[in-house]
Amino acid sequence: MVNLKIDNLDVCVKEGTTIMEAAASVGIGIPHLCYWKGLNEIAACRVCVVEIEGKEKLITACNNAAEEGMVVYTNSPKVRLDRRRTVQLILSEHDCLCATCVRSGNCSLQKIANDLNIHDAIYEKHLEKQSWDKDFPLIRDSQKCIKCMRCVQVCDKIQSLNIWDLEGTGSRSTINVTCNRTISEADCSLCGQCITHCPVGALRERDDTEKLWKAIADPNKVVVVQVAPAVRAAFGESLGLSTEQATVGKIFDALKKMGADYVFDTTFSADLTIMEEANEFIERYTSGELRDRPMFTSCCPGWIRFIKSQFPELVPQLSTAKSPMQMFGAVMKTYFAQQIGKKPEDIYSVAVMPCLAKKGEANMELYYEEYAGHDTDLVITTRELCRMIRSTNLLPQLLKDIEPDRLFRDGSGAGVIFGATGGVMEAALRTAYFKIVGENCEPDAFKVVRAGNDDFGVQEAEFKLKDITLRVAAVSGLSNTRKLLTAIERGEKHYDFVEVMACPGGCVGGRGQPQHDGYEMAFERGQNLYFLDRHASIRYSHMNPDIWNLYNEFFGEPLSHKAHMLLHTDHNKWEMPRSPERNRNGYVINPNIKLQG
Amino acid sequence: MSRLEILTPSKSQLVVESIYKNLEQRIVASPPGLCPVDITRVFVEMCHAQSCGKCAPCRIGLMQLKRLLTDVLDGKADYETIDIIEDTARSIMETADCAIGYEAASMVLKSVLNCRDDYEEHVKHKRCTCMTSQPVPCVALCPAHVDIPGYIALVREGRFADAIALIRKDNPFPCTCGFICEHPCEARCRRNMVDSSVNIRGLKRAAADYAGKVPAPKCGPSTGKKIAVVGGGPSGLSSAYYLQLMGHQVTVFEMLPKLGGMLRYGIPNYRLPKERLEEDTDAILETGIEVRYGVKVGRDIKLDELRQKYDAVLITVGASTDKKLGLPGEDAEGIMSAVDFLRAVGMGEHMDLTGQEVAVIGGGNVSMDAVRTAIRLGAKKVSIVYRRRVADMTALPAEIEGAIAEGVEVQTLKAPSSISVGEDGRVNGIYVTPQMISLIKDGRASVKANGEPDEFIPCQTLIVAIGQNIETRHYEESGIPVKRGRIETLPNGGFKEIPGVFAGGDCASGPATVIKAVAAAKVMAANIDEYLGYHHEISCDIEIPVPNISDRTPCGRVEMTEREACERKCDFNAVENCMKPGEIRQEADRCLRCDHFGFGIFKGGREKLW
Repeated sequence: MVNLKIDNLDVCVKEGTTIMEAAASVGIGIPHLCYWKGLNEIAACRVCVVEIEGKEKLITACNNAAEEGMVVYTNSPKVRLDRRRTVQLILSEHDCLCATCVRSGNCSLQKIANDLNIHDAIYEKHLEKQSWDKDFPLIRDSQKCIKCMRCVQVCDKIQSLNIWDLEGTGSRSTINVTCNRTISEADCSLCGQCITHCPVGALRERDDTEKLWKAIADPNKVVVVQVAPAVRAAFGESLGLSTEQATVGKIFDALKKMGADYVFDTTFSADLTIMEEANEFIERYTSGELRDRPMFTSCCPGWIRFIKSQFPELVPQLSTAKSPMQMFGAVMKTYFAQQIGKKPEDIYSVAVMPCLAKKGEANMELYYEEYAGHDTDLVITTRELCRMIRSTNLLPQLLKDIEPDRLFRDGSGAGVIFGATGGVMEAALRTAYFKIVGENCEPDAFKVVRAGNDDFGVQEAEFKLKDITLRVAAVSGLSNTRKLLTAIERGEKHYDFVEVMACPGGCVGGRGQPQHDGYEMAFERGQNLYFLDRHASIRYSHMNPDIWNLYNEFFGEPLSHKAHMLLHTDHNKWEMPRSPERNRNGYVINPNIKLQG
Repeated sequence: MSRLEILTPSKSQLVVESIYKNLEQRIVASPPGLCPVDITRVFVEMCHAQSCGKCAPCRIGLMQLKRLLTDVLDGKADYETIDIIEDTARSIMETADCAIGYEAASMVLKSVLNCRDDYEEHVKHKRCTCMTSQPVPCVALCPAHVDIPGYIALVREGRFADAIALIRKDNPFPCTCGFICEHPCEARCRRNMVDSSVNIRGLKRAAADYAGKVPAPKCGPSTGKKIAVVGGGPSGLSSAYYLQLMGHQVTVFEMLPKLGGMLRYGIPNYRLPKERLEEDTDAILETGIEVRYGVKVGRDIKLDELRQKYDAVLITVGASTDKKLGLPGEDAEGIMSAVDFLRAVGMGEHMDLTGQEVAVIGGGNVSMDAVRTAIRLGAKKVSIVYRRRVADMTALPAEIEGAIAEGVEVQTLKAPSSISVGEDGRVNGIYVTPQMISLIKDGRASVKANGEPDEFIPCQTLIVAIGQNIETRHYEESGIPVKRGRIETLPNGGFKEIPGVFAGGDCASGPATVIKAVAAAKVMAANIDEYLGYHHEISCDIEIPVPNISDRTPCGRVEMTEREACERKCDFNAVENCMKPGEIRQEADRCLRCDHFGFGIFKGGREKLW
């Protein structure tokens, strides 16, 4: 333990504790901008500087350890002046049009500038102009970027993709896509981790809310909206609703009030996915196709982009099942359109997703038979949904719990846990067990594949189903995924079935969800989904009556020809930019730049 | 892909490296007197180019500093801007993460704090106090302002005697300086921008070697004024020379048997052969100067008496006594000061050091002279004992290298702690305390004990070369102001309430170089002339050849060679060899003639008289 004084308070902390954490332990919050615990401790913004008695220069609190006998001042005149100057310098490079910024009210720079009482700009504005493809789902505004480097770090360390880097030197140094590529040329998974780690509004999703308003206003369109399982676990966070208050029914109510014609729960199509994917797995397993390499889940579009760009040789191992979102879209434009007496092109299929990559997935060529354009016409994120609720002046507290519309009303707990890492695997195993053993397992029989805490990585398990031993794994986060896939390719690991989610913690930690600077909410939100599963009236996808109804009325049975044409996809139908060559540290090698040793 | 690769620098990397080298050279050759605000602005911009961009204060702050400095220069700033510059620089200095940021900011802070007048002038009058004068760099940096491009041009034409005559306009010791001048003129030579500085001293030496005897110019008509000069060293003789040329009658009082002062009794023969020194002193004496040898003012004659007998008195007694270590036993047999040691040798008393171990304390040029002399006197082992590192020595690098080549041991980071004296009353060694290098104070690295026990360096002769003092007692008693051991004069060399008395050279400046002594002599001669009511001019009517218009193709600098170490250390003959005719021509050709090209042709190119 070390003893020190911070702002005249006695502090005793474990050796190695940073000054910032030591200060926090006695209730002193040292302002910071670039710091993100464990991820970005590079002291780039210099906002967290503190004065140490006996030292001329200030030092950063985020990455310097408290020492025995240290006397620290976090708010001395020198600190206050220098911190103000630094923030004023940062503001000189930041487009301060807060009124039109998507992050206004949830911006770390805005908060610090306000907290420090900065009301004047002493430095001349210098805004960097960088062009950007505004049609791409991920938008970067160079004029807002404060070069905190979090986007670089999260992409390198958590997702192992190295899409971002500091480019140029000296006065020209800025953040851009590595290897002098444009973002659409890059092997970006569209996971959106960079967006939720951005302390300001420099990175955001393409805003598609106006497109939805336009469709709602079109009298010839039937607007059909599905809501993904993970959305219910997070939307309340930015609307001031508690976990208990923030039910999925309120989302349906809000959407209806906004003018959606039909609302559905993607939980239903998650069950449909399980029916197809579990059956596909058993078929492929039985045929011996999975002897060397496992079958991979295919519902996460960030993961699909990742495997296609990083491990193209493993693409044949993917399940051919479409994601629940796409399956639902296909059903809406066929069976559902028929049932309500509309043509497929009159249906405007919308998905509310916790995810950025879903915006990309909606645009991809995914299917064998086409019905009025794409399965999904529009994807909005949880954040966009919340902004729409606010713009409609709906008071969240007055929203009611309503049921989704008929035909696809039922959803199982197994479908709900799709939103958490391991959930797809667990849901699939519940149905596979029934298929192999002929009776239902205990609903929580496969809970070992759930993440035990918020240190997401790989969950491995082996199950005996009759005479079959199934080896399964669930992994989330693309850096974890890269390690696992490399081990599989080298033959160091053997599985039959592997679930992959691009975002740590799965869709609940998806990067279209509300954002909180410095905090990850995935684990808590995942626990919420498991709670909902536990209290669901149906726990197995194959027990969903509306699913059986759909098969009886339309598809016949899982893996039928019709199901194949509508619910499965050919992953080779579209091209994904391939990964550039990488060095052993995972950094892409820029053929234009030869760094010197 | 290979797992690891051997990296070779790319072409662009190599080009950037050469630009850095160029930049270094260009800064070396930077003309003096540039606007501090503008120079700070360009430096901060370069520093900003080095920024990696990680940290806000450096990445944004340096750019904002550059903008603010530009505003000051553009006349768009007010007084508050200067405060913001100061404030921002201090803030960056305190918050930047690495030296790229905080050292750049500290430079700006230094500039704004110390050159505030320049900043305020820009704000207040929207003008700069600095003027483009861009003097010829070598001439400006030569303390005596010798017409360097002029004599180099003459050397190039083979007009060696004319070159010597032209040098003498400003410096009556051309031959001496050809051997031992510290050549500050070469430091900012514009040729550095092309390759490296011209070997100016080497060309002067060549002129002296090839000129033959060059008679002194004719003296002006006699004024009837009599001037006493106390001390026949370089400053006394130079003053005497110019005063004599002006038509005054000078008498030099020299306490030693021969003229030259430290040039004769301090600098060993192998560096400056006595007969070459005499080429200069003979020419000086040709002007009709009277010399009274063996007369010491204060002992044989009083200053007041000189004041009564002469119209003006000039004190140029030099710095000829030694500094003491202040350790017990310092007066033991075998211990002497470098001044005494070198003087004895200079007077022809070649003591025999055969078989002895000799230690010399100090790291200046005098110390190098002492060790190399000791080697020549047959010592078995000679060591330099110095408190700091070789890099901190004040001696010229060439002198240190020369000593090492001749077999001298260099014991650095050793501070003398006590002297060991044998029962016979003779020194037998010195104890030293091992030191470690420490903080830089006033631009110089200091030392402190490293905690290890003292070491013993055996020696039978110990020479102390830690500096010289000035014999000021008699002058102080005669009412001459003395401060910190030096005679304190007005900038013109005179004294406030003592008309007709002047002083200069080492006795006023402290131990310095020949060329500084000559520079002081010019000041004193001119002011004595004025004091006596005259306005004589010193000039030289030699026509300077037109400059050559060759392309300035980069070309290596000719360095003078030395005699082999094993041979030269056995005698006191000159160590350095003169350039050969081909080398002289080539080296003279390298001169960029800044008196003609660039600003020099407009203003400040040539000082024709003084």
